[in-house]
Amino acid sequence: MTPPAVEARALTRRFGAFTAVDAITFDVAPGEVFGFLGANGAGKTTAMRMLTGLLAPTSGGARVAGFDVARAADQVKRSIGYMSQRFSLYEDLTVRENVGLYGRVYGLRGREIADRLARLLDRLGFAHLAGERVGRLPLGWKQKLALSVALLHEPRVVFLDEPTGGVDPVTRRQFWELIYEAAAGGTTVFVTTHYMDEAEYCDRVSIMVDGRIAALGTPAELTARFDVASMDELFVRLARPGPGAA
Amino acid sequence: MTPRASADRAAGPGPGSGHGSGALSAFLRKEARHLLRDRRTLAILLLMPLVQVLLFGFVVRTEVGRIRLAVVEPAPDVATRALRHRLAAAGRFDVVAVLRTDRALPRLFASGRAQQAVVFPAGFADRLAGGEPAPVLIVTDATDPNTGSVMRAHATTVVRRYEQELRARRPATGDPPGRSPGGAAVLAETRMRFNPTLASAHLFVPGLVAFVLTIVSALMASVSLTREKETGTMEVLLVSPLRPWQIVVGKVLPYLALGFANVLTVLLAARVVFGVPVRGSVALLLAECLLFIATSLALGVLIATRTSSQRVALTASLMGLMMPTLMLSGFIFPLESLPAPLRALSAVVPARWFLLVVRGIMLKGVGIGHLWDETLVLAGMTALLLGVSARRLDVRLPGGR
Amino acid sequence: MSAPASAGPRAPVGDAPVVAARGLGVRFGRAAALDGVSFEVRPGELFGVIGPDGAGKTTLFRVLVSLLVPDTGESRVLGLDPVGDLWALRARVGYMPGRFSLYPDLTVEENLRFFAAVFGTTPERGGALIAPVYGQIAAFRDRRAGALSGGMKQKLALSCALVHRPEVLFLDEPTTGVDAVSRREFWDLLGELRGAGLTTMVSTPYMDEAARCDRVALMQGGRLLEVDTPAAVAAGYPLPLIAVRVADPRARVRLLATLRAYPHAHRVVPFGATVHYTDARPGGDAAAIADALAAHLRAAGFAGATAAPTPASVEDRFMALMGPEGA
Repeated sequence: MTPPAVEARALTRRFGAFTAVDAITFDVAPGEVFGFLGANGAGKTTAMRMLTGLLAPTSGGARVAGFDVARAADQVKRSIGYMSQRFSLYEDLTVRENVGLYGRVYGLRGREIADRLARLLDRLGFAHLAGERVGRLPLGWKQKLALSVALLHEPRVVFLDEPTGGVDPVTRRQFWELIYEAAAGGTTVFVTTHYMDEAEYCDRVSIMVDGRIAALGTPAELTARFDVASMDELFVRLARPGPGAA
Repeated sequence: MTPRASADRAAGPGPGSGHGSGALSAFLRKEARHLLRDRRTLAILLLMPLVQVLLFGFVVRTEVGRIRLAVVEPAPDVATRALRHRLAAAGRFDVVAVLRTDRALPRLFASGRAQQAVVFPAGFADRLAGGEPAPVLIVTDATDPNTGSVMRAHATTVVRRYEQELRARRPATGDPPGRSPGGAAVLAETRMRFNPTLASAHLFVPGLVAFVLTIVSALMASVSLTREKETGTMEVLLVSPLRPWQIVVGKVLPYLALGFANVLTVLLAARVVFGVPVRGSVALLLAECLLFIATSLALGVLIATRTSSQRVALTASLMGLMMPTLMLSGFIFPLESLPAPLRALSAVVPARWFLLVVRGIMLKGVGIGHLWDETLVLAGMTALLLGVSARRLDVRLPGGR
Repeated sequence: MSAPASAGPRAPVGDAPVVAARGLGVRFGRAAALDGVSFEVRPGELFGVIGPDGAGKTTLFRVLVSLLVPDTGESRVLGLDPVGDLWALRARVGYMPGRFSLYPDLTVEENLRFFAAVFGTTPERGGALIAPVYGQIAAFRDRRAGALSGGMKQKLALSCALVHRPEVLFLDEPTTGVDAVSRREFWDLLGELRGAGLTTMVSTPYMDEAARCDRVALMQGGRLLEVDTPAAVAAGYPLPLIAVRVADPRARVRLLATLRAYPHAHRVVPFGATVHYTDARPGGDAAAIADALAAHLRAAGFAGATAAPTPASVEDRFMALMGPEGA
């Protein structure tokens, strides 16, 4: 029985009197594509910060890639990849330079970086763009590239924070095919999104409401259990923000 | 909110024109709120001038304390003793050594035991009595040229006085006028007329006023304007009946008030703590301050029209305004000591003109009659800056990236 | 709830288009942000501009609200030219730009009052028009705008755009970055406003929001791909469309590969819980194709595979119009 790639046990975070994350508990199996959903202000971002070693829990704990997020945050960071909508790559640097930078940051050597860069460009069809500044690329391409860079050092878990916001429908789907490939290769993908159709692409999802997990399961199970037609409807049913959240 | 149907219908078509006093005053109220709610910045802006006054006053001094003086008297006589006593009695010198030769001098200077030395020749009194030149060598440690000149001035003053005393005692020597028994040509005594004690506070307070106003007015105004652009609210404001000039005026007026408050703080603190006077008309001083604030604000607006980034506005203000104000306006370094090209450059630094005005009013007590040139220059600069800014005030967003 | 007509916005006269654009073009450097954009918005319509980032939606809106002068073409809003009559126009439009466009350190109430005053009015005069929107955030009137959640901020921004009772509303990506629940609520509000007679142009990257509009313009790369009602846009899908489901979601990757290898496959994309298979044979019998497909899949080892014709959505049509190369 392989250990979970991500485990949270009564993970809690308080800011003064306000409890942003309230004792959440869940596991993510290796190679799973896990959708982490919730309304704005439900505590998703705080929870993700704790899981990526950026914020210490107030109580409870979590292990990511086998490392305790509170006590071994450095090792957590080295074992994971991260990508978000707001920031992915340095716009002023070229594709090649970005890959080189992240490769070195994560401890890859020159030869490895060159090899992986070649493979990455080949997979994305970006060979002609290696010397192009990232800032010049259309958003969808940037995000695909950013995902590939986050996976460059072959992390055990990759965290994606609303990675496809504003991206066109075709590229969004290409992005998700990259996610499937990564998962098929054993990488665990932990993703948050506002697109409810993307929730359906996940193996399992959790929905956070007011700091707690209100639902956890496969999309099929959940839609059946709550008797709704789609994840979108389920989300609307469950994720209405509480009175204090506005 | 209940719809008052008939009242709405009676209210007539749609919104008002937006450019009456209503919109502008709403804008001013908003800006005041921003200012008051940003407690940290507000605290800095109000307290900083106070802190600077105190810092400059107590820490930065160009006065010297008691000067450690060494006297070299190879052959003590009436005159050397008299002059030595004069020096001791002047109250500025601590005679740390009286030597027969100057061999020990380098060591005394190097170790800092002596800051200055007066070296008499042999037969000093005889020479004086015989009407021959009797040179006195004054050696000053000028490692710091500022304090060095001050020390030299003190020592020279004492010597000169002694020289004059001697001349007064022998009116009918028949020497041609201009030739004194002391030997050296008579130089005009350079007493520091308006600042007899060479007190630093008098020197820096006017400059400090200029400096503070530059920061508060220009820098803050430009940052405030560009912040509006950065947060995106500028777009909404533009698509409204508010005219660009109203936006600018609304943004800038609170800093006029703040700048004025700062002026009062600085003057008050300087008066109370350091005794810096305002010898001229206070009303004129405040009026000129308002003019300078306007000049600084115009500069801040100009910077803001050329950039949408707060960071750029901040850096441009720092580099383009604060540095010249510090270095080229005569604040710390006198204009006369600047090399010619920089002195020419200082003509475009508004603070330089303002400093002349403020020093004139505060320390010399002159009236507007002597300050027309400077005032007109400042007014002209303000008008020019506002004119250039007005042409660049965008009714729309800049097209093209 | 419908507001009494007299307390709503002033109704537009006749049925002349409220917004009209002809051949609008804007270049930034060498790139064309807008290219030959032409369309009309009718009175009282809720008109959606649907497209991803970089499509030119923001540029288009900025031209229409007089913030940007186009390089080519022209437009009219309420019969006025945004280039020449900008002051007359600005008093009559409401605008919500893409970013959070309010003052974070002012309270909800203060923001509203300020934007009202800028237009020479007060929130009270805004009356019934902003009531449904403001009603949802009124409880937080003394909270600093910066402390609101994303959904609440958007509602406040909407209130501020409405407070001076504009005749036409331009909302640039009001739901971007906001969660699905808040997005729904926002569109419910827009629906109510449409009921009160307001003409609204909204831009959004979310394809599913197209269905809530009266008419939509699909936009990509500075160009309009199609302008019509959502139903007509979807119905314009040129090829047979089949939705495929399999029992095991983990088989999805293999499913995509298998479908793509199918002889007549034109496009195969994941689509929520299903996979959308588009057949390359125009005018084919969708039901028959579906049956053949299902049989093929079951034979290939996909247990419980089902395939059925499905009506196209705006998103399907968008992908078809986009052309082969994403981004």
